[in-house]
Amino acid sequence: MVKEMKYRSVFDIIGPVMIGPSSSHTAGAARIGRAARHLFGREPKYAHVHLYGSFAKTYKGHGTDVAIIGGLLDYETDDTRISGALKTARANGMKVRFHEEDAVTDHPNTARLKIGDDDGELELVGISIGGGKAEITELNGFELNLSGEHPAILLIHNDRFGAIASSTTILAKHEINIGRMEVSRKAQGEQALMVIEVDQNIEDSVLNELERADHIIQVAKISD
Amino acid sequence: MFRNVAELVELAESENIQISEVMIRQEMEVKQLTREQVVGQMEKNLDVMEKAIEDGLKGVQSHSGLTGGDAVLIQNYMKNHTPLSGHLLMDAVSKAVATNEVNAAMGTICATPTAGSAGCVPGTLFAVKNQLNPTREQMVNYLFTSGAFGFVVANNASISGAAGGCQAEVGSAAGMASAAIVEMAGGTPSQSAQAMAITLKNMLGLICDPVAGLVEVPCVKRNAMGASNAITAADMALAGVTSRIPCDEVIDAMYKVGQRMPSAFRETAQGGLAATPTGRELEAKVYGISLEKE
Repeated sequence: MVKEMKYRSVFDIIGPVMIGPSSSHTAGAARIGRAARHLFGREPKYAHVHLYGSFAKTYKGHGTDVAIIGGLLDYETDDTRISGALKTARANGMKVRFHEEDAVTDHPNTARLKIGDDDGELELVGISIGGGKAEITELNGFELNLSGEHPAILLIHNDRFGAIASSTTILAKHEINIGRMEVSRKAQGEQALMVIEVDQNIEDSVLNELERADHIIQVAKISD
Repeated sequence: MFRNVAELVELAESENIQISEVMIRQEMEVKQLTREQVVGQMEKNLDVMEKAIEDGLKGVQSHSGLTGGDAVLIQNYMKNHTPLSGHLLMDAVSKAVATNEVNAAMGTICATPTAGSAGCVPGTLFAVKNQLNPTREQMVNYLFTSGAFGFVVANNASISGAAGGCQAEVGSAAGMASAAIVEMAGGTPSQSAQAMAITLKNMLGLICDPVAGLVEVPCVKRNAMGASNAITAADMALAGVTSRIPCDEVIDAMYKVGQRMPSAFRETAQGGLAATPTGRELEAKVYGISLEKE
């Protein structure tokens, strides 16, 4: 049976360049934090980090905690400032709490992040699948599958006909190629989430146009 | 896109190109990049590996104090003695150890395929280099060949100790290194696959049991043995020895062994060396408490 090709680039294997000691517990964790930061769009004022499985048992020794917070500060995996991330976050006024969870999750390296400020909150579940590669499996209650390595557009929209067509028409007009696309919803007729992974970074003007399209409520992007 | 080792070898042999070239061309196509961009990024990774070895050979210590300084000991030993296992092999061992000591000390490394197994590929590369005198381009190709084999393992099995045990990390890294050594030494794509198979076969079942959950004990020394395995298997493959079990089936066996491995042996610090009396003692020293569950 052919399995899904989770790894698509040689640099998923030879790479990333990173601060030690663990690709899954340090670099992958930083990438989960950074994906949350990009989806939230700004530095949060508080962060509740729930750790499961191997993450929960060994996070202190691996620097998983500083890596996730480093990601929230928009640090890359090879940023030497990672080791001081907790201090920096506190100095910036970010309230940080870690929760070691006993629940068994599908993947041994799972983190649930609740971040926010006075203007909004975001809840995200990320898994670190090995070699520094991370996937986002849940966003604000929506299930999804996002590597965070390609630029991606996330659209929250009404679960109505035409919502998908109007978005893809706009992308086609701007000659933006869709690499992968996924739609999920909590219940029929309610809000739904569209995830579109694309080949190149998206300009803000395109995002604004998407936001004005039929049935679209909110638009966010993750850059490469 | 190649999905397994058989397809990778077939692609290389039908086009009469090296495995590294197959990998470069695929990367260019998948990422829509030029050859210069793809090769350029790998050159940067090579520079990081070289720097990490340099740093490690000067001597580093981890924050926990569990690892550091062994790379220096081995290099000093080599200056004053003729190593029984040969100069090249011990050189590879010292450079693999150097890389992982830098990693444990929260230094900058390049994951190959993971941080915990980052020593095998560069360790062997910078030792074999002294005998084969490759160009910088051939050294970069070594990384593409390693990457091609790792790519197959990652997509068909796992490269994560938490998912598949140490066999999936250091086992994969050692297999990747042995395949790349064969190519650099002038072997065929098929011989690279044989070397990978022989190496991985000999690391099947290896558990991930880090003391205190840290990527230090036994990870640093496991990379030393991964590098040794890689060189030995590469020599065997170059001699014409073949694996009775095809490489893809060895990878699949590794995957299935990993799936049946209890969680205690998958990077949870609950079993193996982590659960020995000394392992628990070291853990208590590092954290002030023991991670042992009643």
